[in-house]
Amino acid sequence: MSVVRAELTKFRSVSSTGWSLLSAVTLIVGFGILYSMVRVTRPPADPAGFDSVGVSLSGVQVAQLAVGVLGVLVMTNEYANGLIRTTFAAVPRRVPVLWGKAVVLAAAVFTLSLPAVFGAFFAGQSVLSAEHLDMSLGQRGAVQAVVGAALYLSVVALLGLGLGAILRRTAGGVAAVIGVLFGPQMLTGFLPTELADDVYRWLPSPAGLAITTARPDSTLLSPWAGFAVFLLYAAIVLALGAWCLRRRDA
Amino acid sequence: MIEAKGLTKRYGDKYAVEDLTFTVRPGVVTGFLGPNGAGKSTTMRMILGLDRPTRGSVTVNGKPYADHRTPLREVGALLEARALHPGRSPYHHLLALAQSNGLPRSRVLDVIDAVGLADVARRRAGRFSLGMEQRLGIATALLGDPRTLILDEPLNGLDTEGIRWVRGLLREQAVQGRTVFLSSHLMTEMAQTADHVVVIGKGRLVADRSLAGLVAESGHSSLEDAFLGLTSDAVEFRPATTTRNGSHR
Repeated sequence: MSVVRAELTKFRSVSSTGWSLLSAVTLIVGFGILYSMVRVTRPPADPAGFDSVGVSLSGVQVAQLAVGVLGVLVMTNEYANGLIRTTFAAVPRRVPVLWGKAVVLAAAVFTLSLPAVFGAFFAGQSVLSAEHLDMSLGQRGAVQAVVGAALYLSVVALLGLGLGAILRRTAGGVAAVIGVLFGPQMLTGFLPTELADDVYRWLPSPAGLAITTARPDSTLLSPWAGFAVFLLYAAIVLALGAWCLRRRDA
Repeated sequence: MIEAKGLTKRYGDKYAVEDLTFTVRPGVVTGFLGPNGAGKSTTMRMILGLDRPTRGSVTVNGKPYADHRTPLREVGALLEARALHPGRSPYHHLLALAQSNGLPRSRVLDVIDAVGLADVARRRAGRFSLGMEQRLGIATALLGDPRTLILDEPLNGLDTEGIRWVRGLLREQAVQGRTVFLSSHLMTEMAQTADHVVVIGKGRLVADRSLAGLVAESGHSSLEDAFLGLTSDAVEFRPATTTRNGSHR
């Protein structure tokens, strides 16, 4: 508990965390509204198949970069100048530092992105209502998709944290978080079509994004199963990070 | 009290520290001397549980460092003065450390006052001079009111007044019965600060004795000359054309 308080103090006392979170919130809301406006000017041929929740939450796809990078930085900025030795001298068991950072990071990202995704949803739906493409929050799957978007972003931040702990360098960590979120999907293009579809749903980002869809999507896992798979990926990366912290000289 | 037994650190096939055995006792200021690359910092990192020894062991206040649950109450350390987040203020830097060891907020304010940083306590540390960073590093070491202090080059970057202040502080800590272990490459400063010296060269122990005894026995008149005499075989970097007394090889 004392380590969590210490990590909260560190998290709040540098301005870079605030800027990352602010940019994530801006991207979630701004991109959601923008894309909704685009879709109003180009309405779908078949409105029945239109994913209005997905359109209003499209900013999440962009904002995940900001929170992923924040996750990396929370770890790697201590390695940049040797501060990590002071930190580990104060907490020689080391691994509690990683858990403390994880708790603070996930809580902060969830708390700030939750109002942002709700804002994006309502703003997006009101834009889409011009062409009667909107959906109400009461409709099936809508709440799960919106809250799920905030959960997804929190886990992306944890993924970044774990990669930061493994790689220790900001540049490498940022490259890795981008690679993990976007890379595997591109590689499925090299597979035979049927196999590609089967593999795609199990990849980190597509699995995690399943929870942000309100309507059943045959190319994805079911929402909570997909989220569980994504959590598992993050847990593996964090566990690997914890192992590296314990094993290596600081 | 710091007790190292057969402490060894090997990187690949090169020994940074080899079979070091020494004891740093409470109540005196112990200097840790050695040429550049002799293994001083590696030794200090092993004492603090940051680097894992290849062989041997080291305890602080009777236990391996990592076995202390709130180590800042036992051991205060300064390894690198520049180990700060440039965007964080001294106050928050110290507060986070205090919280991690369950120390009261009042200790943060106490040590900030003690090192004379009260005026800049809420400013970002990124623009601090090396002297200010050293003061913050010393504040960090004093935070938990520890029985043992381990300081790597605490005098670097300090002005004359700062050096005098640190020297007085360390003497006072030793008089109170604490263990004070500091490295420095400034021999004249060390001669005025330390009572006892541990000298290493190329990772091996060269001397572990009182400063006065070391100088007297060496036949030299100063610690600087005695040190150069002891470590002449252990210096790794030296201009190729001359030896230390100026004659050609």
